[in-house]
Amino acid sequence: MTKSLGNIRRTFAPWNDPASRPYIAFENVTKRFGDFTAVDDLTLHVYEREFFSLLGASGCGKTTLLRMLAGFEEPTAGDILLEGRSLKGVPPHRRPVNMMFQSYALFPHMTVEQNIAFGLRQEGMARGAVDQRVADMLKLVKLGEFGKRKPHQLSGGQRQRVALARAIAKRPKLLILDEPLGALDKKLREETQFELMDLQQELGLTFMIVTHDQEEAMTMSDRIAVMDSGRILQIGTPAEIYEAPSSRFVADFVGSVNMLEGTVETVSGEMTEISGKDGLAIRVTGESGAGAGDKVWLAIRPEKIRVSRNRPENGANAAEGEVWDVGYLGDMTLFNVRLDTGAIVKASVMNSRREVEDPIGHEDRIWVSFAPDAGILLTR
Amino acid sequence: MKAVARRLVILIPYLWLLVFFLLPFLIVFRISLSEPAIAMPPYLPVFDLEEGWRAIFDKLSQLTWGNFEFLLEDSLYINAYLSSLRIALLATFLTLLVGFPLAYGMARAPQGLRPVLLMLVILPFWTSFLIRVYAWIGILKPEGLLNQFLLALGLIDRPLAILNTETAIFIGIVYSYLPFMVLPIYANLEKLDYSLIEAALDLGCTAFGAFWKVTAQLALPGVLAGCLLVFIPAMGEFVIPDLLGGTRTLMIGKTLWTEFFNNRDWPVAAAVATLLLLVLVVPIVLFQNAQARAQRAAQ
Repeated sequence: MTKSLGNIRRTFAPWNDPASRPYIAFENVTKRFGDFTAVDDLTLHVYEREFFSLLGASGCGKTTLLRMLAGFEEPTAGDILLEGRSLKGVPPHRRPVNMMFQSYALFPHMTVEQNIAFGLRQEGMARGAVDQRVADMLKLVKLGEFGKRKPHQLSGGQRQRVALARAIAKRPKLLILDEPLGALDKKLREETQFELMDLQQELGLTFMIVTHDQEEAMTMSDRIAVMDSGRILQIGTPAEIYEAPSSRFVADFVGSVNMLEGTVETVSGEMTEISGKDGLAIRVTGESGAGAGDKVWLAIRPEKIRVSRNRPENGANAAEGEVWDVGYLGDMTLFNVRLDTGAIVKASVMNSRREVEDPIGHEDRIWVSFAPDAGILLTR
Repeated sequence: MKAVARRLVILIPYLWLLVFFLLPFLIVFRISLSEPAIAMPPYLPVFDLEEGWRAIFDKLSQLTWGNFEFLLEDSLYINAYLSSLRIALLATFLTLLVGFPLAYGMARAPQGLRPVLLMLVILPFWTSFLIRVYAWIGILKPEGLLNQFLLALGLIDRPLAILNTETAIFIGIVYSYLPFMVLPIYANLEKLDYSLIEAALDLGCTAFGAFWKVTAQLALPGVLAGCLLVFIPAMGEFVIPDLLGGTRTLMIGKTLWTEFFNNRDWPVAAAVATLLLLVLVVPIVLFQNAQARAQRAAQ
């Protein structure tokens, strides 16, 4: 059996198929606003029917990228291709692309039905067909009886659905979503995530979504691009981004991580020995490209750290310390352990049983340890 | 106690209206029902409390609708109303034509620049209205600034006759009432979320279509408010037609003035004023009722 990253099997992976052609291609796209470079020589390929997320902190250029795709901004340099055709100079209303706005941008002077019908009327669709399509859309987003209301008479979640229905009413091949769930509360957001995924599958659309919420990106996406300062740092499936980040920034941005700094002592085959900055001897397996004497960081996720009262059997990658903070979240418990060397290590333990004998508590002396393949060695 | 205090607070605007609008109006209305007289005050009957209530009651029968009948019979007044209506409507439309782009430009200007632009729109108010209208005489008269400028450019051979025509009245009204048009429209457009325009473009609208279907529709309350603020004073305008319009233009404000000061016929002047008020108030009340109903329907 082959091993793969993450506890998930993916069947849809056109980006690994050399024969498949990108649906949208950003080729060396640069966008400058005065002195500020919002998008910096960026190349990105998105495939048909993909659910693609641009993930990054605000100001990283992700929204600018989408606005260029929708036609609200023109690239300063480079080109954007849709199905191999350049979008250069094509105005927004001629692009076969629809956008769902972060603010929803529902027309306040129109009813829900009129909002949804707006794009269809622009197309010059016959009245009967428009009515039929609007009814279908309302059913799809479960707003059947709200058609005659105005946007201000709807709840936030309902407005989000209207915005979605309006954006997909024209059956665009590509739907752009700018922080689509940003204004919803947590519970509604989680429900809506799966609804969006189902909808995308059902309609066979390509989704390109911008978000700053890594959990949202992880849940919904086929692939994620992590962005910072107008550049893409890494593109990969959620599992690749989480389990095999390419840099400290990505490892830190997505999820919680322990970053152990050290210097490579020896490299022998698979095994790399590192002396940690604070005296910890670490042995790890896996490719990193680092040679003896190089400065490296071991990124290791809290759930891959084991905690125990006694020294683990095979003594490698183990250190003793004191429980500094304990956080009980219900499904798991978080420990911040202060090692005797002074470093703080985060560990999380799944609470798979309701009752636990001899639980670990504040100020207990414990051991933390991890397997040689539990973390990933980073050189930048 | 608190409830009483709250009611008193609500009472204040009503009291204000009662003392400064309704009572004066009733006095004017009562004069409009009188006969002119060469006396002080120049109308009959005069109610005097010293003669006792009985006498006042007897004199009530002397009140007459005659002045109103006179207004309806004499085509001069009807023509003055119609001419005022025409000029006010056209002037309001012209003010909208100039004011909307101005307000739109202001609302789309960089955030930091907007207070300055707003200030510039309000700035003319710092000079007396009368002086500003007088200044237009200097600009529009045959040997005025505008004609000299155009002659110097070689665009015209002889001075244009603008002063003492309706054109001058339109220029005067558009100039004087422009801020009243710009400010409410600006207030409306400034709130407008630009992503609405982008959404319209995204859904297949051309730039003009998006403007018409979104921007213009959402600015409508501001446009209506601006039009009312211009139309109402323009309808009764006296200074502008008197100073810029010459003797030939007929407007109800001027007619009113003539009746009052030249003819010293207070009752007819009062009747003209009462009718003017009706002409203005009735459509506004109807309009506001319709708006309130539309708002209730929307909720």
